[in-house]
Amino acid sequence: MLKIEGLTAEIDGKQILNGIDLEIPTGEIHAIMGPNGGGKSTLSYVLAGRDGYEVTGGTATFNGIDLLALEPEERAAAGVFLAFQYPVELPGVGNANFLRTALNAIRRTKGEPELDAMQFLKLARQRMKELSMPEDMLKRGVNVGFSGGEKKRNEVLQMALLKPGLAILDETDSGLDIDALKIAADGVNALRGPDFSALVITHYQRLLNYIVPDRVHVLMGGRIVQSGGPELAKQLEESGYTAVQAA
Amino acid sequence: MPAVTETIDAVQSVTEGAYKYGFETDIEMEFAPKGLNEDIVRFISAKKNEPQWLLDWRLKAYAMWLKMEEPRWPAVKYPPIDYQDSYYYAAPVKKAGPKSLDEVDPELLKTYAKLGIPLKEQALLAGVEGAELDGERLPVAVDAVFDSVSVATTFRARLEKEGIIFCSISEAVQKHPELVRQYLGSVVPQGDNFFAALNSAVFTDGSFVYIPKGVRCPMELSTYFRINAKSTGQFERTLIIAEAGSHVSYLEGCTAPMRDENQLHAAVVELVAMDDATIKYSTVQNWYPGDAEGKGGIYNFVTKRGACRGARSKISWTQVETGSAITWKYPSCILQGDDSVGEFYSVAITNNYQQADTGTKMFHIGKNTKSTIVSKGISAGRGQNTYRGLVKISPKASGARNFTQCDSLLIGDQCGAHTVPYIENRCISAKVEHEATTSRIAEDQLFYCRQRGLSQEDAVGLIVNGFCREVLKELPMEFAVEAQKLLQISLEGSVG
Amino acid sequence: MNAIFEPGPLGFLRRYEGLQPRLPGARTPWVQALRDKAAEAIRANGFPTRKIEAWHYTDLALLARTGFAEALTPVDEDVVLPEAVAPSRAVLIDGRFRADLTNAPVRSLGADLSAAEGLLGSVARVDDVPMAALNTMLFEDGVLINVPAEQNAGAIELLSIIQAEGDRPVAVHPRHVIRLGAGAQLVLIERAIGRGEGRYLHNPVIEIELAEGAHLTHARIQQEGAEGIFLSTVFARAAAGATYDSFLLHAGAKLSRSEAYVSLDGPKAMAHLNGAQLLSDGQHGDCTTFLDHAAPDCASRQTVKTVLAGKSRGVFQGKIHVHQIAQRTDGYQMNQALLLSPEAEIDSKPQLEIYADDVKCSHGATVGELDEDQLFYLRARGIPAATARSMLIEAFLQEAVDTVEDETARNALATAVAGWWEKVA
Repeated sequence: MLKIEGLTAEIDGKQILNGIDLEIPTGEIHAIMGPNGGGKSTLSYVLAGRDGYEVTGGTATFNGIDLLALEPEERAAAGVFLAFQYPVELPGVGNANFLRTALNAIRRTKGEPELDAMQFLKLARQRMKELSMPEDMLKRGVNVGFSGGEKKRNEVLQMALLKPGLAILDETDSGLDIDALKIAADGVNALRGPDFSALVITHYQRLLNYIVPDRVHVLMGGRIVQSGGPELAKQLEESGYTAVQAA
Repeated sequence: MPAVTETIDAVQSVTEGAYKYGFETDIEMEFAPKGLNEDIVRFISAKKNEPQWLLDWRLKAYAMWLKMEEPRWPAVKYPPIDYQDSYYYAAPVKKAGPKSLDEVDPELLKTYAKLGIPLKEQALLAGVEGAELDGERLPVAVDAVFDSVSVATTFRARLEKEGIIFCSISEAVQKHPELVRQYLGSVVPQGDNFFAALNSAVFTDGSFVYIPKGVRCPMELSTYFRINAKSTGQFERTLIIAEAGSHVSYLEGCTAPMRDENQLHAAVVELVAMDDATIKYSTVQNWYPGDAEGKGGIYNFVTKRGACRGARSKISWTQVETGSAITWKYPSCILQGDDSVGEFYSVAITNNYQQADTGTKMFHIGKNTKSTIVSKGISAGRGQNTYRGLVKISPKASGARNFTQCDSLLIGDQCGAHTVPYIENRCISAKVEHEATTSRIAEDQLFYCRQRGLSQEDAVGLIVNGFCREVLKELPMEFAVEAQKLLQISLEGSVG
Repeated sequence: MNAIFEPGPLGFLRRYEGLQPRLPGARTPWVQALRDKAAEAIRANGFPTRKIEAWHYTDLALLARTGFAEALTPVDEDVVLPEAVAPSRAVLIDGRFRADLTNAPVRSLGADLSAAEGLLGSVARVDDVPMAALNTMLFEDGVLINVPAEQNAGAIELLSIIQAEGDRPVAVHPRHVIRLGAGAQLVLIERAIGRGEGRYLHNPVIEIELAEGAHLTHARIQQEGAEGIFLSTVFARAAAGATYDSFLLHAGAKLSRSEAYVSLDGPKAMAHLNGAQLLSDGQHGDCTTFLDHAAPDCASRQTVKTVLAGKSRGVFQGKIHVHQIAQRTDGYQMNQALLLSPEAEIDSKPQLEIYADDVKCSHGATVGELDEDQLFYLRARGIPAATARSMLIEAFLQEAVDTVEDETARNALATAVAGWWEKVA
């Protein structure tokens, strides 16, 4: 379970999160919606431990572990996966090599045996087939020369391989056509189960047609201002965020 | 704290002891008196039972050296070298050939083990009678040069079947004097530069390779160079001749003990490729780089040059330079034969107080000659890394082509990365292209890797290996893996 | 060669000893100190030889073996001026300011050195820049342009004509001082024109100081005579937010070398060091620049193109030095050369020296013939080979000139480029 209490954070001395309270019980998928500049991406970076995002108060625990005390790679090993809004390019670093290194790093901390190149390739090919991804994506440099859609799919592939306990999807839908969107959603839905929770950050309701959330929260001005069931997303789509502000 | 600073700190904390080759081997040694004069030159020549012509050749080099000045143009700084305060000859005391590994000086075996040479090869290297390799691994013939003297060469018999000569240069002087006399100094003349002249006067050993016409060398040839004794300079001389249509891949590895003093390594390597011959020369240079404060380390002042004498000949240099306090080397190609090809692939890392001024020279003389230069410089700590390269195209080299790519990566804000390409073109139909970039490891790249579970050091290693990929893929496979690890270790010890 | 005048550095030092009392500022201590220091540098270093790294590709033997004297032009001699390229103009004939031919708001440096106190010698270096030392030791005249803060001074032409008649080689060392106050703007079009067939040395030095947010467009057009030696040096310093936008054109002279030392001293300063060298048979042209990024967030752009015809030799040396403090530097450098003759030679040395880690610096160089594919494409469309080549060369040069934003400066450069191409094609 992800439990966030009174979380405040700032960037360059400017306060962005003004006290977030949020609980995602294990097995549930929650969506966070809200206008640009409301703090959605900041929340995802704070949870993943990015430099430059300073936590000034509050707590965030995942399955009882204090996330805020951990290094980014320790959070990853604890099962936190962030699907980046803008996946980073790593020139010269082969995608397969990167994925295997990451997978084995996480397996190592879990005390699981590392996969050799053959075992890994077998696993990766299987996942890629499930996600309808061309196999040559494994050979290319990480995200180098990938289209926007390919980058997002690469994020989903990584998630499918690393099998996180908590996936944070930061505007994964932006820049995706409808087919790609479905594939991304399938990736998340495939992981759905009693040991998996997800936080889906999105600006639009569109993605939530395919990943149906258990709860929807509205993040504005660095706070969660409204929460509800899946119907809240549709409501927002129709009336916009200004209505929430007025309410 | 920004990610990069954190990386620097994390990495620096494991710096000490990162140089795993910093051991010293306690073996009975024979030294010539310290210092350099004509008598020392005569001593070395006599010790090696050399013919008169070679002694004369050495003395001529010594006379030239006396009149020369140390080069000052490289972007490296070091206190004046006292050439009289060094031994110019040091050799392990020779005993009769051992019968089994048990009889071999255990210290020597330990050295090989630490160098990462497998046991079977250790037996071969130590000269154990009857030692042979099983057929499982792709064999690598090894010549080991310890301080000044070649101690052993493996796989002689198998190579001899093909007519290939692979031995120490001292032995070649005795057994194949006509070849040595014909080619020695034909690519790097005695007076070529200060350090080449010094080497010509006092070189003590090195490897000699001769590949006959049409022969494709069936295995990698390799030399391990090691400076072991105190206050010793190492001056090896390597000569590789590839006759028409032949092919050889050669690799050198270098290590040295950790010492407070600076030791001089001034080698000369000469390559000759005839029509349609190919020489691939790979170096993994891991001389002791000095400690985190910049104390000690090897001064690596090396002259390497290959002559593509024949049509369609090819010489390819690949180097991974992670060690040495100072590196000064420009493996070069003289592209004389029409359609000949020169290549230079380089990774140079400077960490802590290391300095490197390295690159290549491509002389286009024949028609349709082609050269490719790919240089990756990585600076960390207080390291200074300079790429210096010359592409010179003579008026007759019609259709000549060069492509140069120089990329620098900076890790931390205390280091420097410099690029100094020289292009001299006198040929209307030549095409020369040069590109250079400078960048650093971006914080978002590090964060991305760490979010996927990689540690800071692994992330740096991964990104740096990615940065160097174009060069590493040129290495023979067995050594590529070793080189990758070495890059990461060097960065752990000195990366910022 | 005229044997009366001793050649080489010693010759110039002798001239200085003799001329000293008559040079401007002879009784002004700060000027005298500058000249003495310069003389000391020449005495110590002489003229550079090819053994000096920065002079490896350009040989000053021609300069060193010629004995030079001062010009003896009457101060009111009638001179036919070329058509002006800017609304106002300042004129120097044989290195001397001609107020009667000048209508631009500038002052003669030689007539009143006091106005240049604190500026003259404040940007230039003499220790390691031999031609600047020679100029400092012997300058007689030049212009002082001081644009007050926030003023737009428009475009000014600075025309310098050397008349080289007969066999008496003259040496001329004009010195110009340009200062722009905060937010001031100026377009300066500097033209060096040689007349006559004789040998001469034209050795101008320009010191430029740009205060915060100032903007200087500096076009330099060198059209010296066939035997002329043109050795020029620009020193420029840009404060925060200032822009030094320069374009150098070498289109004449037997031997020419222009050095630029530009320092970006304040955050967000910007420099363009573009140029073109058009070299014909027997000419040697050298464009050498040193760019110091000495403050954070600065940007620099450099594109230099060289076209070589006949037996000519072109040199490009460009160094970008990024200091440790200069984080977030954005530097770009490109050098392209086109050889039109089998006897031509190009030597190119771009150079990066970087001590800051958060930088974006790149350089590129291409040397070669015209692009075969482009040539073929044009010919396949029915354009004859010779015309196609012309078109591509003109396009190559046009690209260079197009980097100049100011229209007046760009037109002046385009005219000079077209003039050269008409003669060569």
